Amino acid sequence: MENNNYAVKTIDIKRTFKKSSNLINALKGISLTVNRGEFFGVLGRNGAGKTTFLKILSTLLYPTSGQAWVGGWDVQKDGQNIREIINLVSGGEESGYGILNVRENLWMFSQFYGIPSSIALKRIDKYLEMFGLKDQAKTRVSALSTGMRQKMNLIRGLLNNPEILFLDEPTVGLDVESARHIRSFLKDWIKENDRTIILTTHYMLEADELSERLAIIEGGEIIALGTPSEFKGLSQTENFYELTVNNFPESLDINIEGVQLISKLPQNGNTILKIRLKEDSLLSELLASLNQHGTKLELLKKKEPTLEDAFVNLVGKSSIDVSGA
Amino acid sequence: MFKKILRELRAIRGRAYVRMVSIRRDLLLLPFQVILPVLAVAAYIYLYRFIGAPPEYGTLVLIGGVMTTYWLNVLWSMASQLYWERMMGNLQIYFLVPASKMSILLGMAVGSMYTTSIRALSTLFVGLVIFRLPIELKNPVAAILLFFLSLSALYGMGMLLSSVFLVWGREAWHLSSLFQEPIYLLSGFYFPVKSLGITLATVASLIPVTLALDGMRQVLIPGGEKMGFLPVWINILILAVMALVFPYLAYYGLNYMERLAKKEGRITTRWQ
Ligand SMILES: Nc1ncnc2c1ncn2[C@@H]1O[C@H](COP(=O)(O)OP(=O)(O)OP(=O)(O)O)[C@@H](O)[C@H]1O
Ligand SMILES: [Mg+2]
Repeated sequence: MENNNYAVKTIDIKRTFKKSSNLINALKGISLTVNRGEFFGVLGRNGAGKTTFLKILSTLLYPTSGQAWVGGWDVQKDGQNIREIINLVSGGEESGYGILNVRENLWMFSQFYGIPSSIALKRIDKYLEMFGLKDQAKTRVSALSTGMRQKMNLIRGLLNNPEILFLDEPTVGLDVESARHIRSFLKDWIKENDRTIILTTHYMLEADELSERLAIIEGGEIIALGTPSEFKGLSQTENFYELTVNNFPESLDINIEGVQLISKLPQNGNTILKIRLKEDSLLSELLASLNQHGTKLELLKKKEPTLEDAFVNLVGKSSIDVSGA
Repeated sequence: MFKKILRELRAIRGRAYVRMVSIRRDLLLLPFQVILPVLAVAAYIYLYRFIGAPPEYGTLVLIGGVMTTYWLNVLWSMASQLYWERMMGNLQIYFLVPASKMSILLGMAVGSMYTTSIRALSTLFVGLVIFRLPIELKNPVAAILLFFLSLSALYGMGMLLSSVFLVWGREAWHLSSLFQEPIYLLSGFYFPVKSLGITLATVASLIPVTLALDGMRQVLIPGGEKMGFLPVWINILILAVMALVFPYLAYYGLNYMERLAKKEGRITTRWQ
């Protein structure tokens, strides 16, 4: 076993797909190590390559080139050994049989790991209780709501007590409370036995809350890697302000270099302006200019950088409305 | 090693359970599943009676009907199964777990045999008890061998077709519906295959059911020896070979399919 010190190690993983006549470069050379016991987050826009990466690590897909080890095993040569110690849960996954109830479905999946029924059923009942699905144990899978279904999928991912758990957008479609519940569950779960979780998500708060380290994938490449606070530090260079002003002329264009108006929202007769400044010192120039047009400042707030700001900065989307939302 | 064998056995049981339960859950469907095959057999029995054929012809149809149930089950529930599993999103899970894909398919086969046997038994019951068709256990060992070897060969073939269907997708499916009727005719469900003439009968003998029927009629029907195309022991021998070769080919086909899926990234995914 090579590289056994890491939960995951990859060297220059590339993956292409043929789609009719053109070639899609889904991954363009990913080199990464994830430590044992680490909660590792992967962020990236739609189509960035997150799922492809997780599929390669969980032996569902071969890399086109490069090498990867999971738990010290080679993903191409030792797939069998890897499958015994991992699990993968994808948001919106629809596995199982509608004719079976929740408990039976989970039992069936446990059998594919060779877990003795008595142990499996005990584990299943414990998790059903923990995830608030106890009353649905005898419900057919076909009658579950999206959220219940997703919780069942997550339980499926825990059945074999994996050393390394891959989660591909596990909280998508869940209500706020369920998502929070799952996040706090995962935080406890990972602490036992040096378990490792690699999670992809589009929810910045989730990534911020859970991940010890994060990678941002864009266009099949890792463009940034670090802890959430390092990321937030990165975006500190940008200065976001929220100004509540009175009597803001509808047609007014703010035309100062280094000052960007992100959005304006009317509220109780006032207007809320979201502003990005190249430098803090531009603020006085802005306020003077507003004053000239008879606009009065009611309230000024400097916005703390969020992971979302950092993400938007790094991925370089031109519009940053999302950060103000 | 022992642990691994145990895991594969559990996987077989886990997957078989789905099929076994389905017959209990869909109780509304049960009468249809039981009555439809019986109706077809009954129609032929009446036909033979009407034209004044000896009652042994009824037994011939009955044995044909019982084995048809298995054959149709293989064609419709085994061969296309992995294809549907992909559509349902289960195929990816089968690739994710440590259990062998063979065990999972075997589980499907075992579950299918169980449910199909309920149908087959009801057909048998109607034939022997209600129509009082003559049957004679001339060579029980041969009869049992023929039955079980043909089931192994048939479901082995179903497992093989299953991976073939997955690689070739819909085309293979259309092909099988296209072939259903000719194969129906060729395998001689409702008449001795011998009457097809040597060439056609030889071609038909590529299908395990044909061989099983040919042999079973000889050992179960009074005077059935005359109906035989091949000697019973040859039927048994070929079926035994098939019972080994088809599962082996299925294993090979599944591995090929798995490698292809991981290389091209198109088989485990829904809608390609
Ligand atoms: N099986 C496949 N066949 C062809 N192309 C594929 C396949 N799987 C992924 N791709 C392509 O590879 C690229 C990366 O896809 P991937 O699913 O990894 O993105 P993602 O980061 O998970 O996106 P999302 O946030 O939408 O889930 C996309 O351009 C996608 O179209
Ligand atoms: Mg994805």
